[in-house]
Order: sequence, then C-alpha cells, then structure tokens
Amino acid sequence: MGLVEKGVFGKKPLKPVTWLLNYSRKYSLWMFQWGLACCAIEMGAALASPRYDMMRLGVIPFPASPRQADLVVISGTVTDKMAPAIRRLYEQMPDPKYVISMGSCANCGGPYWDSYSVTKGVDQIIPVDIYVPGCPPRPEALLEAIVMLQERIQHEGIGNDELAARWRGEYVPVETDRTPVQA
Amino acid sequence: MTTTETPGFEVDPALHRTLENARVNVELDNGDMILNLGPQHPATHGTLRLVVRLDGERVVAADPVIGYMHRGYEKLSEFRTYPQITTLINRIDWLSSFANEVPFVSGAEQLMGVEAPPRAQWIRTILTELSRIATIYLFLGEMGLQVGALTPAFWGFRDRELVLNLIEGATGGRFHPNFNRIGGLKDDLPWGWISECRATMDKILKGCDDFEDVLVGNEIFEARTRGIGIIPGELGAAYGVSGANLRASGVDWDLRRDGKPYLAYPEIDFKVWTHPDGDSFARYWVRLQETREAVRMVIQLLDGLPAGSIMAKVPRIIKVPEGEVWVEVENPLGQMGYYIVSKGATGPFRVKIRSASFSNVSILPWLLRGVYVPDVITIMGSLYFILGDIDR
Repeated sequence: MGLVEKGVFGKKPLKPVTWLLNYSRKYSLWMFQWGLACCAIEMGAALASPRYDMMRLGVIPFPASPRQADLVVISGTVTDKMAPAIRRLYEQMPDPKYVISMGSCANCGGPYWDSYSVTKGVDQIIPVDIYVPGCPPRPEALLEAIVMLQERIQHEGIGNDELAARWRGEYVPVETDRTPVQA
Repeated sequence: MTTTETPGFEVDPALHRTLENARVNVELDNGDMILNLGPQHPATHGTLRLVVRLDGERVVAADPVIGYMHRGYEKLSEFRTYPQITTLINRIDWLSSFANEVPFVSGAEQLMGVEAPPRAQWIRTILTELSRIATIYLFLGEMGLQVGALTPAFWGFRDRELVLNLIEGATGGRFHPNFNRIGGLKDDLPWGWISECRATMDKILKGCDDFEDVLVGNEIFEARTRGIGIIPGELGAAYGVSGANLRASGVDWDLRRDGKPYLAYPEIDFKVWTHPDGDSFARYWVRLQETREAVRMVIQLLDGLPAGSIMAKVPRIIKVPEGEVWVEVENPLGQMGYYIVSKGATGPFRVKIRSASFSNVSILPWLLRGVYVPDVITIMGSLYFILGDIDR
C-alpha cells in the first residue's frame, strides 16, 4: 500500500489521513473464527445470538478463508496436535493481522495446566494482541476485547513508520487511552 | 441388545448402469479424490477432521481423525481431589456441563455410602433437564444451518440464552456451573427462580413450535434429511450408538427409564420418544420431541419439589473408601458413564470415562460410505457430537 509505505507526495501522511485510514480499518474487521472448545460456543453466542450481536461493532465474522481475515479469535484449548495447524493458518493471514486469545486455555493452559497434551498458551505459537480471561469468558468479554482492539487500531500511528512496520508484521507498541505502553 | 455382523456396503446395480452411461471421456482419470474436512470446519462443531475419499460426488470411504481436542481428562483426574474433578468434567461435554457432573458425583457418593437429600436430587434433576434443553436447542437451530437455513440458528441461540440465564441464576455459572458437591448441592434455589423457570418453559415450548413450523414439513429440509444417513437399530446398538441417535432408529432404550434408577426420574412421568426411520430427519424429530418432554419433566419437578436440606452430612476432607463403581446415565448426547476406582485417598486411583459422542462418531465410516458430499454435512450435523465428548 503506497500510502503507508511511501507517504503522501513523498511526505509523511497528514494526521487526518492517518485517522481516516485507521477509522476505516477498525470498523471493517474481518474475523476468522477459530472455534476450538467451550469458548467457541460463547463466541458463537457473541456472533449469532440477537442478544450480543457482534456485527454491530463492525466485525464481519464470515471470511471464507484466513487469507481474507484481519483478525483471528483463538477460542478454546490449543492442543499440541492442533498447534501446527494454528501456526499455518496464522501465517496465511495478510498483514496487518491481529490475534485475540479467548479463554484461560488459550491464554495459559487454564485448568489443563498440567496436562500432557495441551499447549500452555497460544502465545507460544503466535503473537497475541488481546487476552480475554475467563473459563469461558462471557460474550460481553469478547465484545470488550473487540472494542479494545479497535481503540488500539485507531491509535496506531502512520507518521513514524509505525504502521508500515505493522504492515510488515512487526510488533509495534501502541498507546491508547486506557492501555499503558507495553515494553 | 443383540449384536449382528456388520453388513458391507452394496452398490445398487441399477445405479452402476447409470454411472457407466455417464462415463463419456474414457481418457479422464477416474481416480478417487481425497477431500479433507477439517480440523477447522464450521460444520464439524469443533475440531473433528474427516478424510473422505470421493468418486465424483460420492463418498467411497470416510475416516474420522480424532484427537485434536484431547485434553487428558482421565490422567488429570488421577492428580486431582474429588471436589476438584467436577471442575474438569464440566468441560467434557461443554454444552451440558451440569449433566456431566451428576454421574461422577453420584458415583463418589455411592462409594462413600452417602446419599444426597431428596431436595438436592430433585434440583439436580431440574438442572440436568435444563442443560438438556440448552444442548438440544443449539442442535435444533444448527441443523437448519446445515441445510442452509440461517434463521433457526439465530432462534436457537436466542432461546438458549433464556435457559442459560436460569442456570446462571441457580448456580452462578452460565456455562460451567460446578454446582454439585459430594453429598448435595452448593446452594438452594434463589427466590423467584421457580416462577421464572415456569415462564421460561412456556417460551421454550413456543420456540419448539417455531422450529417445527419452519423446518419439519419444509420441503427443502425434508429433501435433505429424509432417507439420508439411515442407521439400522441393531447395527447402531452394535456400534455403541446411544441416546437420541439410537432412539431415532426405533430402539426404545433410555437409561432414565431402563437403567439403574437415579435422581428423581423414577418419580416422574415421561415418555421416551422413538422414531422408526433412523435417518437424519428422525434424529431431528426425536430431539425436538425430547425437548418438549424435558419441558414437561421440568414442570412436573417444579410442582413436586420437596422441602428439606440440600446437603447431606459429609466430612470436611473427602476421602472415598476403597472400591470400584460404574455409574451410567442418559446425557443429552447419549449414554455417559464413569468407572471410578478408589484406593481410599482424597482423589481417585483411576477414572474411565465413557462418553457418548466417541461411540456415536465411530459409526461414521460405515454411515458415510456411498452418500453424496453435501449429505456428509447433514449426517454429521444430525449425529450431533461435541468434540470434547469425543476426544476427552
């Protein structure tokens, strides 16, 4: 994307341009559902039930393949047998890509912390942007995670090559109103 | 249950002739195609991987690859105490969490010689039936999704929330209640819960009518499910298929009525629904009737709820004396059993878990031979398995 990599007319993009770009991105998140275990049902409730209805936040939950997705929600227990598939599908997603780890199992292993077949945390395989605690988290918690991610996307800067780095898949710390900068 | 020998798949000779006529270009490679469904596929309810070998549109062989959700419950149980294990086994069949706890807890109670008070038994029965409704309701909606109807899926999620609210109101946990204690329950029902439960049951019955109006009798739905995926009753029993899948094949067998008496089931009146056809439609129909029956049972249980305490007298530190026990119950997905071996410690020595879905999917290789690819999805949807229940 020339705007991001080269800037406007060879200069840094102006702030309104940055704002508009981020604003457009944050309300058109294509979300790939990686439903693994119990959390998948709660994710389904957040997506499909009229009470929660995630689509009103600008999340489109039905991409046909990970190659069209901006966001993946890992919801459920990641086992060692499943881990290579998760890594492979994550690599198929185009940059910039975001990961939400939903539930204790995906965060750290959860109740299976001493199991022989469970990967203790999906962050051992792929980088995670937002962790949602809970076993399983309520659908509202997932909605909160989406809102936090949208704030994050809005605050991503273009001017200092930050977004270009993000486009290349590098980790860039982002300061939002509510989250402090992570080292 | 008599076991019969497995009949092989026989191709109809008339069908062979049609295939011969259709073969125009003899130079085309007619080798089989391997199609990999899953492990991540929306129609597989999780992470079941199914490798199907196709001849054109027709499935020649299907092989389920399981284990993507294996979390090692049986091994973990050996390192937990009895009260801790109910936290784990909630998550085996994650849709009907409460129903999973009951057989394990009652098994431990049998070993200890403790019996939960009647009120606790009745509340357990009510919550089991509520979780049955919550489980089957998702199926009633999703089955529409498998044949391309999106509306029932939304209805399923909508009305399921009402039942989850009830479970949350009583237990504090929306999804995994962890409400059973050895010897009783954690808490009594809260104020106003019973009247709220009655009101919700009316809504559930109305929702069942909606499903029946939209799907049962719908031409597309019947075309996609009638005569598809027929499980003969005896063969299903030989494979270990249980629950509504077996009752849809005309086998009148329900552990709530036929098994060893447990909970409050001997004291209430209910009908076990069967259907003679054994196809996908029959499985849908039987589950629909079971939901209505569960509503009827909940109302009966609310009417006759006895007073009294909800917790028997048990020691503070639970140690189960030496012994072995086998408990089996009728879960929403089928027969679920625990074989508990105790050596007198605070945790079990060995727990063997018999879960319904594992046996239910074991018939898939036989069942999917010879069907068309789109029907694979409806058959898998109609068998209704939960991946945690398969892989454990």
